[in-house]
Amino acid sequence: MRAFGAGGGNDIQWCFSQVKGAVDDDVAEADIISTVEFNHSGELLATGDKGGRVVIFQQEQENKTQSHSRGEYNVYSTFQSHEPEFDYLKSLEIEEKINKIRWLPQKNAAQFLLSTNDKTIKLWKISERDKRPEGYNLKEEDGRYRDPTTVTTLRVPVFRPMDLMVEASPRRIFANAHTYHINSISINSDYETYLSADDLRINLWHLEITDRSFNIVDIKPANMEELTEVITAAEFHPNSCNTFVYSSSKGTIRLCDMRASALCDRHSKLFEEPEDPSNRSFFSEIISSISDVKFSHSGRYMMTRDYLSVKIWDLNMENRPVETYQVHEYLRSKLCSLYENDCIFDKFECCWNGSDSIVMTGSYNNFFRMFDRNTKRDITLEASRENNKPRTVLKPRKVCASGKRKKDEISVDSLDFNKKILHTAWHPKENIIAVATTNNLYIFQDKMN
Amino acid sequence: MPVETHEERGETASLLGEKQPLRCSLLCEAVAPDFHQVWNLMETRSWEPLPLSDATLRSHDSWTCSPLVPEYRLWDPVHMFLTPVVPHWPFYNLDTMFVRGLKRKCFDGEEDIEGTLAGIKAIPSYNLQRQSLLDMSLVKLQLCHMLVEPNLCRSVLIANTVRQIQEEMTQDGTWQMINTQSTGQASVDRLVSTDILCRSSREQAEGKHVPGYSTFSKDFEGDQAQDSSETMSTASSVQAPRNLPSNVWEMENPQENKGNFQKSLDQIFETLENKTPNSVEDLFSEVDNSYYDLDTMLTGMMSNTKMGHCDGLESFSSPTTTTSSSNCKSDLNELDHIVEILVES
Repeated sequence: MRAFGAGGGNDIQWCFSQVKGAVDDDVAEADIISTVEFNHSGELLATGDKGGRVVIFQQEQENKTQSHSRGEYNVYSTFQSHEPEFDYLKSLEIEEKINKIRWLPQKNAAQFLLSTNDKTIKLWKISERDKRPEGYNLKEEDGRYRDPTTVTTLRVPVFRPMDLMVEASPRRIFANAHTYHINSISINSDYETYLSADDLRINLWHLEITDRSFNIVDIKPANMEELTEVITAAEFHPNSCNTFVYSSSKGTIRLCDMRASALCDRHSKLFEEPEDPSNRSFFSEIISSISDVKFSHSGRYMMTRDYLSVKIWDLNMENRPVETYQVHEYLRSKLCSLYENDCIFDKFECCWNGSDSIVMTGSYNNFFRMFDRNTKRDITLEASRENNKPRTVLKPRKVCASGKRKKDEISVDSLDFNKKILHTAWHPKENIIAVATTNNLYIFQDKMN
Repeated sequence: MPVETHEERGETASLLGEKQPLRCSLLCEAVAPDFHQVWNLMETRSWEPLPLSDATLRSHDSWTCSPLVPEYRLWDPVHMFLTPVVPHWPFYNLDTMFVRGLKRKCFDGEEDIEGTLAGIKAIPSYNLQRQSLLDMSLVKLQLCHMLVEPNLCRSVLIANTVRQIQEEMTQDGTWQMINTQSTGQASVDRLVSTDILCRSSREQAEGKHVPGYSTFSKDFEGDQAQDSSETMSTASSVQAPRNLPSNVWEMENPQENKGNFQKSLDQIFETLENKTPNSVEDLFSEVDNSYYDLDTMLTGMMSNTKMGHCDGLESFSSPTTTTSSSNCKSDLNELDHIVEILVES
């Protein structure tokens, strides 16, 4: 597999840049990365983990002298977003794992992001403090109060510079609106509202109002015994603030218009590809279940990820996708085993690059795949510490499905199904990608000449 | 993992004299991350761990065990009983496992499974695969109950798969046939339908592997071969339900099974639902009845009366459970009888 061209016709050669996280193979459960997201400028990169923590990395300002690489990402802020809770009424533990993080566009000096676990969404404000007031009249420098009778003169406190301190504080907590597990949050293009989706319902919130949300989709059947389909992902359209989509476990995507009615149970468009009868098996439904849906930046297309493929849909055409890319077709013959060990239920995410020309998604054995929509070429790369010298160009990988294994190829049976890349993110403007393995975050960049 | 050898099997059979259907003996080792015990149910009627020596295993021949996949059972700490089957957590190659010749100690009078296998290896047993997929799915659904809060998407997908299999089985009449001992026979002769379980599994099966569990019906195939050699060559007797004279257990009504199945499936969903809001009674009830119904359903479905003792199992484990079928009591007595014979008391 050769590297492919993108944008200006130059081949992208992906190089290792950084890796974050523990080195040892023994993975602490709490360190498992559960979500990765760049902010709107790409300067900040947030990760959430199973222990409920959020770690934000900031890109260093480009160093004029080091023109061969872009700035590195270093830890900017770490905070505990969600704590484990216990629902006493149902005797159930509520996991603190961060399911999704979504950034708000920056409006002032502070940064805002939404983070959610299974039940509660929180709006966090991340602000910098690099000055502090000094010269109080009634307080000593260390904070102790002075005896007012000892004050003889008055002075005006002044701000003096201090070491940069990044503070994260929860500004809003949106709780108690979801009976089932939240799988998605998406901020509307009006930047005032956002949606949160669980298995059966989607709610609309206003960022300022925490005690109330509007239910806009409800697919819960009156009789739970009739339940055959759940919501797997949802997203607002990037430009139309009245439009959103949600995907289901049966492989359908519904586009809804909030202007049509208050409860958007009836879709405006239904995107579904007819089943290929030659590939039909008992696992057809499970592998058609959509694990992620993402609009392109332009808003014209949307991408869905099911177990074996990535599909690009034109919003104007409902009956089939315009492009389909096979991620790991060689797994089709292993579906029975993958069903047995539950890997078939893994939810892979997918992402667009800034210009919507390349899409990326993860696979097993710490492989991830990129598909160039223009050249129709694809590449498989591996996130591993073996290539951890900066500016080392990544070698393309290939999986041998059957028959003779060529040199450097990996056979399907030797793939490690415990090493899965579920979360990936692409910088909104540059060719910088963040790829999360189980407990490590890899950052790759294209090679700059 | 402990496996009973052919010699042990023969020994047991001769103790009984004539060919009696022996309850699946053994192998109650759970391979789940959290459960690593071998439990002795019958002897002391209490749960105690057993060392895994061959001698010990041999002497505990009459353990109750689901014939579905008699290898592994899961200890449910909440409800205090052994479930019939357990999934195999670590990823492994089904084909390799089978070729290694893991044996079931299910039914007596049975030839070495590998020998039996040789006879049917060439034929991709679609029904067998489908059955094992069904078993696997039901176990997974059961496990959903055991998690604190089940993953709804996963549960729904698995339940849909189970429904699909059930529908297909109803359509091609297999549902009826699994009540008979000739199930294995049918699958051998039946054409593989276009709805294949796993495409490449089939291809592999055509080669040499027979992926999937060695299930109850496969054992039946062995049984058949033993009982009457002519049956092996004919395909006709398949449809008719058979009542073997040596068959101790009554056969349950297939329709009832189907009903039970659907009922149990529904109960799964009810319980899923109940995990979330509502039903205060369910919240506080100590016993989750759907468990036992599923168990019964599983046993009923395999329809092999030999499952009767699994119902008995339920009655041991929880005083509040109602025994699911009236067959149970008689089965239980029979079981005791056999235990006595085996331990030569």
